[in-house]
Amino acid sequence: MVDMRVDLAGVALSNPIVSASGTFGFGREYAKFYALGELGAVSAKGLTLHGRPGNPGPRIAETPSGMLNSVGLQNPGVEGFLRDELPWLKTQGTKIIVNLSAGTVEEFAQMAELLSVDGVDLLEVNISCPNVKCEGLAFGTRPETAAAATEAVKSHTHLPVMVKLSPNVTSIAEIARAVEGAGADAISLINTLLGMRIDLSTRRPILKNNTGGLSGPAVLPVAVRCIHDVYAAVKVPLLGMGGVETGEDAAELMMAGASAVAVGTAILSDPMAPVRIRDELKEFCESHGISEVRSLTGSLEVW
Amino acid sequence: MEYIINAPVTAASAGPVYGVITIESPELAGEASPGQFLHIRCEGYQLRRPISIAGVTGNRLTVIFEIKGKGTRWLSRRKPGDVLDVLGPLGHGFPEAGGKVLLVGGGVGVPPMHFCAQRLKDCDAVLAFRSKDRALLTEEMGALCKAVTVMTDDGSLGEKGFAAQGVAAMLAQDRYEAVFACGPKIMLKTTFEAARTAGVPCWVSLEERMGCGLGACLTCATPIRGADGQKVMKEACKDGPVFRGEEVIWDG
Ligand SMILES: Cc1cc2nc3c(=O)[nH]c(=O)nc-3n(C[C@H](O)[C@H](O)[C@H](O)COP(=O)(O)OP(=O)(O)OC[C@H]3O[C@@H](n4cnc5c(N)ncnc54)[C@H](O)[C@@H]3O)c2cc1C
Ligand SMILES: Cc1cc2nc3c(=O)[nH]c(=O)nc-3n(C[C@H](O)[C@H](O)[C@H](O)COP(=O)(O)O)c2cc1C
Ligand code: FES
Repeated sequence: MVDMRVDLAGVALSNPIVSASGTFGFGREYAKFYALGELGAVSAKGLTLHGRPGNPGPRIAETPSGMLNSVGLQNPGVEGFLRDELPWLKTQGTKIIVNLSAGTVEEFAQMAELLSVDGVDLLEVNISCPNVKCEGLAFGTRPETAAAATEAVKSHTHLPVMVKLSPNVTSIAEIARAVEGAGADAISLINTLLGMRIDLSTRRPILKNNTGGLSGPAVLPVAVRCIHDVYAAVKVPLLGMGGVETGEDAAELMMAGASAVAVGTAILSDPMAPVRIRDELKEFCESHGISEVRSLTGSLEVW
Repeated sequence: MEYIINAPVTAASAGPVYGVITIESPELAGEASPGQFLHIRCEGYQLRRPISIAGVTGNRLTVIFEIKGKGTRWLSRRKPGDVLDVLGPLGHGFPEAGGKVLLVGGGVGVPPMHFCAQRLKDCDAVLAFRSKDRALLTEEMGALCKAVTVMTDDGSLGEKGFAAQGVAAMLAQDRYEAVFACGPKIMLKTTFEAARTAGVPCWVSLEERMGCGLGACLTCATPIRGADGQKVMKEACKDGPVFRGEEVIWDG
């Protein structure tokens, strides 16, 4: 028997596998395939204070071992989420992570207050979305603004606060230290890397937004490196993500320093991916004589 | 209800332009309705490929696809006995109809019209192709429909001209309960306009690049005119791919 339980900033997860924000909607589409309680937690689609229509299409392009997306945070807004999604989601027997983005510090604070309600277990502050101009990403690329966003959320909620970091920076460890200093209880990483693809016949970008965020197996080694760097720089627990498609990938992110692992792009091609990856992670532990999955976290020894 | 099925390939063939694959799955065949699509995993590629259901016979479903890029090339190399990882049937298809329906297909938009023809009691069709060598299912449609007009851009088969001309001519000759169309966007637009002029309701199947196919990732969103006339983003995979012509924002 492997003890699959892990702790993420005081939130007890039944296992380390979480759905990554934006790839799982609010869970309804996947609840048809398995009980959401099979997952350690669900990270819901990124919210903004008011609903957003998102970017014009095409919003998705395939890449070697991955994909680009430029959804641009299409979402129903905080009010729509609280009214139409949360009442259902909180009856599904899983932990709920609410992912939020904002354009100003005041908006982050206001959202934190509105979202600190019964049923929500953890707030994930997205300061790293590459698809919305002058928002999100702008906060995530400088230590001072990253800290300001963290602090705004932290001071307006009783819930644990996790901050989601972008790999599109020179030193991700520096940003991590800044958000930890501002009170973050956990850090999630990585969000997508900026990329672009061209339709050769039209000589135009495939994405209407021109650029988009790269995810999928192509980014796995970037995620491992970023998690490793951040694990060495801070004490707070990490939710690792980026390109995880198998239980072994999840184990790799945990060895690099993640306490739990989110699965995103893999769900798009395999709706069963999170459950399969959880089972594979358990098998990995069994075959390696590991009795507690949490012992994997940070067990890497560098040369 | 959607299924994830490892379905055996029972027949497969490929020409220079199109590939045809038949798979066996009682679940998918039982659930499928015209206008819905299958989301097919192509080994070695990140994203599934959305392909319309071209027909159902017993427990078998057929898809017909243009060999365009890497995924459809991989698909075109499948052989009987291979297994395909299929998610489906997905999306909202065409509505049910008791009266006569005019089916309009352009190029690889013809296969879903074939599935419509299999299920409808009374239908005619306009089938449009670039040229004779790209014609598809013309005999099969002839057997299922009362009247079929074939059109090609270059006149190498049937009448020379675009689909909408054939549509306008058919609508002038007979009374139809509805027009169902699938094909290039410009063909859908001109077909819708011809149907609107004739006062016949029209449904069109839209094509968008897709991720999950289930309504979760929002990568396939397409602008649609809501009930109040305001533009809203709808998921082509779940709310569509079939929409009413009036709902579509044609130049959006
Ligand atoms: C609901 C729906 C039904 C469809 N039905 C059919 C059908 O019955 N027969 C048929 O031949 N084609 C159909 N298509 C188009 C078909 O999905 C694309 O031609 C196919 O995905 C191209 O894949 P590829 O590997 O050849 O091209 P690549 O260029 O290698 O594909 C790269 C990526 O872009 C996507 N993509 C490229 N072109 C299109 C496109 N036109 N539409 C959507 N995604 C695209 C692919 O799915 C893949 O994710 C349908 C599309 C949709 C949305
Ligand atoms: C279609 C899509 C939508 C996404 N939307 C969000 C979002 O709303 N908020 C967010 O913080 N991250 C979003 N992400 C990023 C993922 O949560 C994740 O960080 C990233 O994709 C890397 O993991 P993966 O390779 O497993 O997908 C999105 C990713 C994809 C592919
Ligand atoms: S493809 Fe994911 S929502 Fe339509």
